[in-house]
Formats: sequence, C-alpha cells, structure tokens
Amino acid sequence: MDWGNILGNAVGELISPTTAAYALAAIGLGVHFGYTGLLNFGQAAFMLIGAYGFAIPTIEFGAPLPVAILCALIASVLFALFLGIPTLRLRADYLAIVTIAAAEVVRYIVTTTGLTEVTGAANGLSGFKGTFAASNPLPEGTYGFGPFTYNSYDWWVRIVGWGLVILASVLVFLLMRSPWGRIVKGIREDEDAVRSLGKNVFSYKMQALVMGGVMGSIAGIIFILPRAVQPANYTTGLTFFIWTIMLLGGAATIFGPIIGAMIFWVVLSLTQGVLYGAIESGFLGFLSTTQAGQIRFMLVGLALMLLVIFRPQGIFGNKKELSFSV
Amino acid sequence: MSSDNAAGGTTAPAIPSTHPLVSGTVGPGCAKVDPIVVADGVSRTFGGLTAVDVAHLEIPRGKITALIGPNGAGKTTMFNLLTGFDKPNTGTWNFNGRSLAGVPAFKVARAGMVRTFQLTKSLGRLTVLQNMLLGATKQPGENIFTALVRPLWKSREAEITIKADELLARFKLDAKREDYAASLSGGQRKLLEMARALMSDPELIMLDEPMAGVNPALTQSLLGHIKNLKSDGTSVLFVEHDMHMVTHISDWVIVMAEGKVVAEGPPETVMKDPAVIDAYLGAHHDTDLGDLTGGPDLVEDARAAAEEVHEHKHHEEDKS
Repeated sequence: MDWGNILGNAVGELISPTTAAYALAAIGLGVHFGYTGLLNFGQAAFMLIGAYGFAIPTIEFGAPLPVAILCALIASVLFALFLGIPTLRLRADYLAIVTIAAAEVVRYIVTTTGLTEVTGAANGLSGFKGTFAASNPLPEGTYGFGPFTYNSYDWWVRIVGWGLVILASVLVFLLMRSPWGRIVKGIREDEDAVRSLGKNVFSYKMQALVMGGVMGSIAGIIFILPRAVQPANYTTGLTFFIWTIMLLGGAATIFGPIIGAMIFWVVLSLTQGVLYGAIESGFLGFLSTTQAGQIRFMLVGLALMLLVIFRPQGIFGNKKELSFSV
Repeated sequence: MSSDNAAGGTTAPAIPSTHPLVSGTVGPGCAKVDPIVVADGVSRTFGGLTAVDVAHLEIPRGKITALIGPNGAGKTTMFNLLTGFDKPNTGTWNFNGRSLAGVPAFKVARAGMVRTFQLTKSLGRLTVLQNMLLGATKQPGENIFTALVRPLWKSREAEITIKADELLARFKLDAKREDYAASLSGGQRKLLEMARALMSDPELIMLDEPMAGVNPALTQSLLGHIKNLKSDGTSVLFVEHDMHMVTHISDWVIVMAEGKVVAEGPPETVMKDPAVIDAYLGAHHDTDLGDLTGGPDLVEDARAAAEEVHEHKHHEEDKS
C-alpha cells in the first residue's frame, strides 16, 4: 500500500472544491433545518438547479459569467417559492414530503430524452467552464506544495469555492445573532408562539427557505466547476450526504458544516485508499473495488445512524440548545 | 340586539338589571358602555359538533373579564377564533372598532390583542431573555437585510433589553435571565409566557388558564400581576376554572356552555345564577368535596384496602 499517496489524496480533500460545495450546501441546509426547523429533504434539487441554471445559459446562449450565475440564483429562488407557498403553511412534515418528491421530479425532468437538446439527458452537460476559466486572474502554470499542488484553474476554483463558503458562514453568523435569527430559532421550536407575538411566521420561513436554497444552488455551481454536469449525481443520496455533513458538524452551528464536510470527504478518501490498497495487496481478495466503493457508503449510513443516536448535536453543537427533535 | 338575548338573564331574579359597565340591562350578550371587543354571530363547527355559537359578545375595556364554563364549552376555541388562530364558519368581530375577521394571527397580535396558551408555549431552547425580546415589537433587526448590520438595530435591542429586565424582575424571573426556558418549572413558564406577551404593551391580553398547575403562593403573585395590568390600563380576558380566583380579581364574568354565552354579570351575582350553577359550578360548589363524599369512611376503607394489598404482597414474597 502506498500510504504516502493515500494520505496525500485524503489531505487534498480538505480544500477540494467538492468539499467546499458540500460545505456550502450543508450551510444552506443548516439555515433550513438547524436554525429554522424546516425539514428540507431536497437539497440535491437546489444543487441541481444551480448546476443546470448555470450551465444551460452558458452553453445555449453564451451567457457571460454574472448572467449565468444570476440565472442559477433566480431559478433556485423560484424553486424555493414553488415549494414553499403550498407547504410552509402546513406542518413541517409536509415540506419534507414535498421536497423529497420535488427533488426526484426535477432529476427525472433533466434526464428525459425529450430534453436532450437542452439538458443532455442522462449524459449531462459539459463545455461550460470557459467563462469561469476566463475570469481567473492567477498566472498559468502549476504551483503549490506537497499534496496541495494544482494548476491555475484548480487553484481558482478552490479560492472562489472556499471564499463563498466563508462569505456564507459570515452571513449566517450575522443573521443568527440578530433579532431575525431569534425569530427563526423561535419558529424552530413553536411557530404558534412566535405567531402569537405578532411575527409573520410564513414570511420568515420563506426567507429561510429561499436563503438556504440559494446557498444550495451556489454549491451546485461550485460542484460542477471541476467536473461535468451529471444528472446521476443529484439523487437523494446527495441530499443525505449533505444531511450527514450537517449533523456531523452540528446543525445549528457556524463551523459545523465546514468541518463536517472536511471530515466526510477525508474519511471517504482514506477508506477508499485503504480498502483499494488492501484489495490490491490481496488482504481483501474476496472484494472487488466496486464492492469496496459501496462499502464506504454503507459506512456513511452507519455513521449517520450512530451520530443521530449518540451525538445528535454534532461536533460543535450545544446539546442543551439543539437536541435532535423533529 | 340585547333585547332577545337578555331573556336568559331575566330568569335569574338575583341579578340586578343594570350595572355601571353595561349600557342596557345585564344579561348574556349585553352591550357594554365601552367595549374593546365586539363579536357578532361567531360560530365554529368541527364536523357535526358546534364548538362555538355566540350571537353577540362584548368585552369591557380596561377591566378584568373572566371567561368560565365547563370543559368543552368552547372557551379556548373562542380564544383561537378571536386571535386568528382558527377560522370561524360565520361571524365578525371588532377590536377597538377595527374588524379582525379573517385577519391572520400575527396581525391580530400587532393590533394589540396578545394571547397566551393553555399548554404553555415557552420556547425552551431560547434563553429566558431571548424569549422576552422575541415579544417586543418594532424591531428593525427583524428585517433580513437590516439584521446584517448591527448598528441599525443595536439601540432598539438595548431599549427592549431594559424593558425585558424590568418585566423579568416584576415576575421574579430575573435570576433565570440567561437560562434556557426549558429549565424553568411549569409555573415559571406560565409567568414567562405572560411576561413575554406584555413586551408588546398589548391593549388586551388574553390568558388561557394562567393558573393551571401553578402552586398557591405563585397563584397569589400571578393574581397581583393581573391586577397590576388593569391598573396599567390593560384590558384582561382570561379563562380559568378556579372559582376563588375568578371571584377575587374579575370585574366581569362571562359564562359559556355548549358553545353559547349562557350568562354574564359581575362575579358575585353570576355565581348565584341557577343557570350557571346547573351548567358549571354544580349544586355543591361551596362545599369541600372531601366532606361531600363522606370522607372519614372512605379513608378508612382505603386504608383497609391498602393493608390488605400489603399483606397479600408479603404473602407472595414468603412463598417465593
């Protein structure tokens, strides 16, 4: 086993754009569930809408970078309104049902062959990175040290991705210490009590849903910058990884989603390296590498269960403030 | 409007036909000199059950009004309807002359009509102080954009914190200021909920069973708080089952049964109304229940039964 390589890959995950994308999506989910108590099981759909909302205008109309980003944001706001208007007046569970169903619906829509011209159906989309690459102020070449050696484009994706994660964290921090944050935390506990004090609960829930959804869709853009758009990436599995990350770090915390995403990806990379290494060197000869890949995700499910049972507040969470109650 | 409704009241000869609060004759649905809430034809059905069917109701301003009645009389449903937490099948009502029918709950609260709940809704995972601050109105920091810039809401936050501290001190919760509300006892949560409702300086505060589950000493201080509210000019409407308390503090009593207002009047006369005694108080409401059921005999019986069980248990143990 090449331990140097395995560890190098794992450490590289710490700052990978994928980790940043997952962290950002988890920050958005934290606004939904952690602070406001909205059960959103469709965060993957917001990421999908961000990805396609950015890629389609870029490919089809040659939209400049800001326009493409704006398209993605508007699409995600509309999607949040579409989900929220019928469900936010109802009990929390209804939002959960609607979001999980809507996430599957949009995934099927982009996968239909009838839309191959626009969405590329099951093959997805590629060739949308030009405008983002053109915005790169970094000089050409490959630089860095040790496992953190990347070319100019890869550095630019990382810088923008993590910059946005920091920006979103600051935004959440500022909001949650304000009276606005007090209201959404009140809604998380008992919306009738907040309503009886003269607050427009529906409006606050909608604001939170839109804000978390917009963060999810920006995460979707970061997610596709190092790769192509693949509809198969946006299954409910993605949503549950985001949930795992959020719960791992602590649902109503600022650093939780970031550290949660880092741990998640480092551990996935380590287990992959170790399992593959063990298979190659014959320790686990009865397993194929495909099976090993699946085992990693079984471990994710197990970790999620253990987490919810034994440490519902996550790594950073305050057990008194947030025990896992839905 | 009061002529046909007043018929119910006239059956009780003990009730005087006039009262300083009332503009006409005293009776169910009578018109008040200065009402703060006027409701007309409010009805609410749940399937086949008519929970509330109130032809006319007026609540006097600046007074303490008690709403009493047997379980299932529609008191809480009436609360929910008036405050916009439930929608009636028919009916209109005014608060301060402003129609509130079909107005959502949060706007009712903003209009100055704030309620508490029978099952206390203190927000357990916010601190006591945060609970209080949530009750305050006109906070610029409640807007998502101004919330981002602290200087824009800092001064208002300081103002309402001072006010919250004053109220907490009045309700003897100041020592609990930084604790999570979940750590409070049931009675303290009742106090917190009442104090929180007062943060917005409501014109009418509606308390749903404020004394349920509160110990006698705390009840005394709650009574004091409610009386203070009146002297501050706040109108109070409360639901309560404790008759001593009702007679002690209320200026006016409205009795509901089976969704209708069956009697109203000052407490001392309403309690003597045969309709009220029949529907709610029961024939022996002045007697101790212990005396009524022939206490000593029962106690003896219970003791004998307990001893029997005890012996039986010993017997079992010996066997094993």
